[in-house]
Amino acid sequence: MNRILAASLLGLSLATSSLAHAEPVKIGVITTLSGGGAGLGIDMRDAFTLAIKQSGNKDVELVIEDDAQKPELAVQIAEKMIQGDKVDLMTGIIWSNLAMAVVPNAVAQDVIYLSPNAGPSALAGANCNPNYFNVAYQNDNFHEAMGQYANKDYKNAFILAPNYPAGKDALTGFKRYYKGALAGEIYTQVGQTDYAAEIAQIRASGADTVYFFLPGGMGIAFMKQYAQSGVNIPVMGPGFSFSQDVLPAIGDAALGVKNSATWSKDLDNEANKKFVEAFKAEYKRLPSIYAAQSWDTANLILAALSKASVKDKDAFRAALKAADFKSVRGKFTFNNNNHPIQNIYVREVVKEDDGVLTNKIIATAFEDHKDAYADKCSM
Amino acid sequence: MFTALLIEQLLNGLQLGVMLFLMAAGLTLIFGVMGLINLAHGSLYMIGAFACATVAAATGSFWIGLIASLAAAAGVGAIIEVAVIRRLYDRDHLDQVLATFALILILSEGARWLFGSFPLYLDIPPMLQGAVPLPGGGQYQLYRLAIIGVGIAVAIGLYLLIARTRLGMRIRAGESDREMIGALGVDIGTLYTVVFALGAALAGLAGALVGALQSVQVGMGEPVLILAFVVIVIGGIGSIKGALVGAVIVGVVDTMGRFLLPSVLALTMPASQATTIGAALASMLIYVVMALILAFRPSGLFSAQS
Repeated sequence: MNRILAASLLGLSLATSSLAHAEPVKIGVITTLSGGGAGLGIDMRDAFTLAIKQSGNKDVELVIEDDAQKPELAVQIAEKMIQGDKVDLMTGIIWSNLAMAVVPNAVAQDVIYLSPNAGPSALAGANCNPNYFNVAYQNDNFHEAMGQYANKDYKNAFILAPNYPAGKDALTGFKRYYKGALAGEIYTQVGQTDYAAEIAQIRASGADTVYFFLPGGMGIAFMKQYAQSGVNIPVMGPGFSFSQDVLPAIGDAALGVKNSATWSKDLDNEANKKFVEAFKAEYKRLPSIYAAQSWDTANLILAALSKASVKDKDAFRAALKAADFKSVRGKFTFNNNNHPIQNIYVREVVKEDDGVLTNKIIATAFEDHKDAYADKCSM
Repeated sequence: MFTALLIEQLLNGLQLGVMLFLMAAGLTLIFGVMGLINLAHGSLYMIGAFACATVAAATGSFWIGLIASLAAAAGVGAIIEVAVIRRLYDRDHLDQVLATFALILILSEGARWLFGSFPLYLDIPPMLQGAVPLPGGGQYQLYRLAIIGVGIAVAIGLYLLIARTRLGMRIRAGESDREMIGALGVDIGTLYTVVFALGAALAGLAGALVGALQSVQVGMGEPVLILAFVVIVIGGIGSIKGALVGAVIVGVVDTMGRFLLPSVLALTMPASQATTIGAALASMLIYVVMALILAFRPSGLFSAQS
């Protein structure tokens, strides 16, 4: 299916590019379109293709492949895209462990990679690279915001995250700003679906709040089991745990939960209104944060393409770094390590009049927030 | 407080074990009677969950959904047996693995095509919402207790079916000598279809029960399938009793490992390091147990083919 889609997009763009004389640009998109994490990747892909479609830019050719959330598969696809398809740019990876497997190798071959989601700390500090642009966040950021926010009400937090790079960054980020004590700290397996053992430990821990980072299906399973367990310690998390892709499946158990994000559907700016409308009209569902970040990534690329040729790497990198595009997150600039400087908000899960669960911004945790690794980067 | 935690974790282990038993029972029955390795068993689990979620959403009743999950999984199981599996009994295991792996891909993509990639919503029935108090001051989720109850009931039911009924007699005969019961005039084709559908229905039941607890999504069956294979290897391939014992061992070892290893390691190293290493060790613990058991009993604890 994905191959057919990629092939037809390829065919379409080949057909049209013979009419236009501008240089064609080939973008390789590796994302998760099957398995438990597919909801995230599909939102990523849909927003990206929609942004390109709406721009009317006929020179952009997309090669889309499914990584099935498997690092070894992602590496193979990346090699094929770089060596075989000769892509100019790459993007799309959702998961940090996959990003760690693909990105260092790709940027070393002078391919520019733009991350629409994962932001592992290992790529933000000493190993930053001029070919690596993170349009989403550094992994620690959302968690730092929640750590900061937790100081207001809580003194004894129980924290848990999956055992992979983003999970470790998550808890590191939370602890960087959180000043209270820790009632417990657990790393769960990636893709785990039963949290009974962890919930039992939470119950016994005497914590006054639970902070969890469990994206995709993991968070759905955790929240449903937690709501039924009889434990009534309040939970909170980063936006990923309560994103639009998982809220319908969690149901009312999520109501009132606080979570942090750089974006929300109700963020008041022109670009965001246009994005939410366009996404809803095209796909008949609300966009998630993954869709928002991907939309920004596509628009950043389009903006840079209008200023410089992708064949002139130096000029194109400079054009990307200028970040001269209308972000759905409002103000957006790149730090020295090519990671964003942006606001981070605290959101609350609410039910709209039509019964749809969604998020609403209730506070700003950080303004113009930078990540903690930027000063270790020599760029 | 620690006693309460321990009791709760033991129950968690038992619940995981019972759920694995529902999967492993079908798998081991199919292998025992037909000599077939069925990798698509996880897809039947997924079909059960999807059928339950869809019907429960349409009718508003979890119980009708549960019946639908049994019917859908058994129905799809029977169709698969007649259309595909029947041609594989005389082939070697590699062909069976290839064909049933293809079935996984077909069924997963089929489910994605029908239901989309986003997880479906399936909630616990109102009757089983909430938690009940435990001795020692703890609390335990009522629904998990219900799963344990269903698992025990299925185990007893299977025992009675196999030990006391005519169908059970044929299944036992099929396990010991396939050609002979065919020669004695038993319609072996129908027997195979019935056994396959029975195994599929148990997998579908497990999927529906767990779907309400976790999330109903494409690909949910494969992680469970791997554990179910560990269970039947530990228990002895073809043995229902082995599947029950193996499932409870895997469930309890896995849960207790995840819970105890990090705290034990924390006695000798910094806490955050202990949680990381403990989590890594816990995830391989059941495989270590499997290797140990196989070292002493190479054909599993209760091998049927002794």
